[in-house]
Amino acid sequence: MRRDNFLPALSSASDGLSARFFLRSGWSVRVVVAMLTVMCVLSIARPAWAFSDEELRQIVEELDSKSSNRKLEVIGKIAADGDPRAVPVLQAMLDGDLYVSKADDRVVIGKKQGKVWQHIDVVSGKVTGESAARDLDKIRINNRLRGALRDALASLNLFSPDLATRRTAVETIMDSRDPAMAPLLKRAIEREEDPGLLARMELAQATMALAAGKTPQERLDAIDVLASQTTPQIRAVLLQFVNAAESENYDPKVVAAAKDAVASVEGRLQMWQTAGDVYRGISLGSVLLLAAVGLAITFGVMGVINMAHGEMIMIGAYTTYAVQQAFAAFWPAGIGWSLAVAVPMAFLVSGGVGVVIERVIIRFLYGRPLETLLATWGLSLMLQQAIRSLFGASNRQVVAPDFMSGAIEFSTGLVLTYNRLWIILFSVIVVAGIAFVLRYTAFGLQMRAVTQNRRMAGSVGVRTGTVDALTFGLGSGIAGIAGVALSQIDNVSPNLGQGYIIDSFMVVVFGGVGNLWGTVLGAFSLGIVNKFLEPVAGAVLAKIFVLVALILFIQKRPKGLFALKGRAVEA
Amino acid sequence: MTDYRQKYKMTPVLGWLLQDRGGMILLGILLLGCIVIPIGNLVVPAGSAFHVPTWMLGLLGKYLCYALLALSVDLIWGFCGILSLGHGAFFALGGYAMGMYLMRQIGDRGVYGDPVLPDFMVFLNWKELPWYWYGFDHFSFAVLMAMLVPGILAFVFGFLAFRSRVTGVYLSIITQAMTYALLLAFFRNDMGFGGNNGLTDFKDILGFDLQSDQTRCVLVVASAVMLGICYVVSRGITQSRLGKVLIAIRDAESRVRFTGYRVEYYKLFVFTVSAVMAGIAGALYVPQIGIINPGEFAPAASIEVVIWVAVGGRGTLYGAVLGAFIVNYAKTFFTGVMPDFWLFFLGGLFIAVTLFLPKGVIGAIPAFAGAGAVGASGTSGGWRDRLAAWRGNQGGKA
Amino acid sequence: MSTAEDLLAEESRMIQSEKAATILYVDGVSVTFDGFRALNNLSFYVEPGELRAIIGPNGAGKTTMMDIITGKTRPDSGDVLFKSDVDLTKLDEADIANLGIGRKFQKPTVFESHTVFDNLLLACSGGRGVFQALFHRLANREKQRIEETLATIRLGDLRDMMAANLSHGQKQWLEIGMLLMQEPQLLLVDEPVAGMTDSETEQTAILLRDIAKTRSVVVVEHDMEFVRDLDCKVTVLHEGSVLAEGRLDSVQKDPRVIEVYLGR
Repeated sequence: MRRDNFLPALSSASDGLSARFFLRSGWSVRVVVAMLTVMCVLSIARPAWAFSDEELRQIVEELDSKSSNRKLEVIGKIAADGDPRAVPVLQAMLDGDLYVSKADDRVVIGKKQGKVWQHIDVVSGKVTGESAARDLDKIRINNRLRGALRDALASLNLFSPDLATRRTAVETIMDSRDPAMAPLLKRAIEREEDPGLLARMELAQATMALAAGKTPQERLDAIDVLASQTTPQIRAVLLQFVNAAESENYDPKVVAAAKDAVASVEGRLQMWQTAGDVYRGISLGSVLLLAAVGLAITFGVMGVINMAHGEMIMIGAYTTYAVQQAFAAFWPAGIGWSLAVAVPMAFLVSGGVGVVIERVIIRFLYGRPLETLLATWGLSLMLQQAIRSLFGASNRQVVAPDFMSGAIEFSTGLVLTYNRLWIILFSVIVVAGIAFVLRYTAFGLQMRAVTQNRRMAGSVGVRTGTVDALTFGLGSGIAGIAGVALSQIDNVSPNLGQGYIIDSFMVVVFGGVGNLWGTVLGAFSLGIVNKFLEPVAGAVLAKIFVLVALILFIQKRPKGLFALKGRAVEA
Repeated sequence: MTDYRQKYKMTPVLGWLLQDRGGMILLGILLLGCIVIPIGNLVVPAGSAFHVPTWMLGLLGKYLCYALLALSVDLIWGFCGILSLGHGAFFALGGYAMGMYLMRQIGDRGVYGDPVLPDFMVFLNWKELPWYWYGFDHFSFAVLMAMLVPGILAFVFGFLAFRSRVTGVYLSIITQAMTYALLLAFFRNDMGFGGNNGLTDFKDILGFDLQSDQTRCVLVVASAVMLGICYVVSRGITQSRLGKVLIAIRDAESRVRFTGYRVEYYKLFVFTVSAVMAGIAGALYVPQIGIINPGEFAPAASIEVVIWVAVGGRGTLYGAVLGAFIVNYAKTFFTGVMPDFWLFFLGGLFIAVTLFLPKGVIGAIPAFAGAGAVGASGTSGGWRDRLAAWRGNQGGKA
Repeated sequence: MSTAEDLLAEESRMIQSEKAATILYVDGVSVTFDGFRALNNLSFYVEPGELRAIIGPNGAGKTTMMDIITGKTRPDSGDVLFKSDVDLTKLDEADIANLGIGRKFQKPTVFESHTVFDNLLLACSGGRGVFQALFHRLANREKQRIEETLATIRLGDLRDMMAANLSHGQKQWLEIGMLLMQEPQLLLVDEPVAGMTDSETEQTAILLRDIAKTRSVVVVEHDMEFVRDLDCKVTVLHEGSVLAEGRLDSVQKDPRVIEVYLGR
């Protein structure tokens, strides 16, 4: 065994230390600190945990030593004691601000104030004098010491009066799982009053007990605590233990329990993973839905192939940018409102462009879908070039408002960013709005009438031309609104729309032309399938698979998921 | 009125070709080009006004390949109503087949000097040639593959699509999805086709230096000859009874079915032939341009081909050739003189042609106005007629 | 002593013989589009050489019935047999056309970019294969038949005219001519006289009666005068099933038919 060869003396003092630590980090700084700390705790063995002022000053003076090993030992002592007053000293040492004053040979914290350096007393924290830089000798540290300092700071922070500091300290310990921290942690648990942090501390204690437990029962208890958790971190801890345990011939009961625990954590994590995939799928689906829903009107309801649909989205995104620029110029304080203003603006701008396109080009091409396709493609080229000439070819920055930045993070590794959540919500609102317009407004009624029987609608007094233009405007306007949302997650560039056009058509065709709910279902199912494939195949291959699957799907059901049947459709 | 007896008499084998005025003009120009271009480049001294400079060889070669691609699109779109927005995929596949041969020809002259592996494979740390690169060191194999691979892809794709009666816009959209999927696939390094950069740095073909004027002349002539052959083949198809069935399918597909024809087989045949032609065009294109990369798969590139055909005049074959030359010359001109204006021009062309020139440039020339055959929806000629027809049809949009 | 089994056997023999005598046997066919029952247990039979008129108000299922016989639509249930043994529900349009069933659409559908002559040539019975078509050369026999048909449909002078330029009635006739070129055993004709002048209508009736001498013809029509001219058995469809069947005179006296046509 390596540990017998290396440190016979220490290994007896730290019986609970498993060989795992040696195997893991080798002959590391952390181990030295651990050994020293444990030894100190054992040898000092005093009930009170704080130094007196004098003791603190004394031990800090000992940091002024040529030998790194000596310094390590001292840091270990300070850490083991757990006196929170030592935190600024160790922090200063870590930051390279701990000096020896040449004048009186005392250790002080140096702080640059203008041209001179203030001396700050290590115990009281008060300024005791000042001098030029040359009168101070820096206490040098190396990487080994840096590691030790960080660990020591973490353990000291366990006793900080500040809850957030303590929380950070516990997380640091969780990550390092340094058994040397165990006694400190135990003391911290006795003093801790915050229930949330207490649970976290107990978890940290369990991870250590798993590694350092002396009896199988201690380990079993620890495994019990850990098995109830659902985080990748705990899974890693348990897995590591299982691997070590198998090579170390631990109690088979412990090994079996640990394996069961891994399986149960793994199972729950898998569920969370699936939930995460579904969420990401829904998120992608909502983007697809936003991009496609305008098309569901122009293509699905009117039967117009609008290849410039992507450019309507792009115009919406640039409108968002322009609105934001206007806010920045005229009302910087209200910039948080710019998105709220951009939504109707984008609807009006894109919708207006849509109406013009319908009146100038598309109305001459009804009933000739292939020609419409070509003409609108040409239009998309012109719009792209126009935007490029106006705004330049480079990406424009649209700033996210405060309520859209940030994220909800779960300990299980699932992260829900606010902007995606907003987009999901937004897509639902947009679809609900369209459904409402189509179903309950006079315009929706006229629109359905015209698409079902133009001649009849015309003869009962519906102005079919106006309805055509407005319907196309509605579809385009919705694309513009989609552009507002997409400006939050994509680059606002003249090519923005091109990236969505094929996907949008796929969604509409997949869902079934002329069926809003088909589009919704199509978007979400494509999004989810894509995200489930991604971890297996990678993003690009997943996309290729989805495209190929869609091509095959269209062969099978040429009219989409929810096709209208009957002879009227074929006419 | 010609007497049908004369029209359907047993004519000499290529008799129908002699009746094809536009085709004869095209073939004549191609023949002339085959003679004049090499002489102008190789024999006429550089200072002369009649000298054909080397850059022009490259340009002409490119246009000829594009013209062949446009011809292949016209064959299916103009005559059978299949609007493929993914024909660039077949073109690119043919190009990649030829590119693979040219890569293998580099041998150990690459940057890394590996005798077998192309540079990009050495760069990716690959140890041996993937199986699908085997055989591409033979020219004949590469040429075969340049036709076979697009042909097989078109056959499989067409078989699935036509059997399940995917038509019109739906077909256009899935052809676009097809080329988009291939674009994404060829961007991947692990596909083994050079990823983003594609295949380039070619040295020679069949042992002849690709940079030399002689080789370039031969390639231009080969492109012209191939265009001529494919034109004759296309014309042969369209004037046969099969061609009449294709036009019938374009105009009234279900009538053709109820008449007892298996529409899907006819479409499959012409789609596959067209893809093979596109593949040939790609194979001729790559050695003259010196590079093939995934950009050729871009859906936008395929749609552009359609506008060449539309500008020239669809359903005429020679119109497609003319359109390819006009639009690509315009592209060369505008991107050189005012690059910002090019997309406006191209976009405007798409709109203007569909609105005002449904029969293309050919249709606007009185001598050829009766030529071609725009579908039932486009039987009226000028835009005034169309407008009138549209006004009359206000009620007929269902 | 006849047992129940004997009776059943007797019945099935009768059905067999009934089938054997039919050229078209439609039995218990139902089809539903999105909850709408277009055909509801429709049954009728057409004998070889029979001329049959099918009438019925809008939405009675006349066109759907034709779609099912010609393979355009698949029934949810029921049998459709041609010449008693070929199951038409398993075949597609081209197969069925080649079996000898021709169909004329409600809206005249001809190949507009082809001449009258080429329209007939394309319809001419014979090889339908891709390569047969590619290397096809016009045979004298085919020319002969096209000539005959041109005479029959009275478009001989217009043989080189583009079909797009024909009048509505001429297109109807051309389409009938194309059907004749297919040499079908059964012709399904959907509203052949819609948009025709009176004299054209009369002539069409004569033409169809003529055709029915050598083959079976099923005519769907609204025009009662025309149906009377056809002078044949009439089937009345209503809401996807047969309401009445018989001579026009007797059918017109049927109170249910009167109710359907005139409303309650």
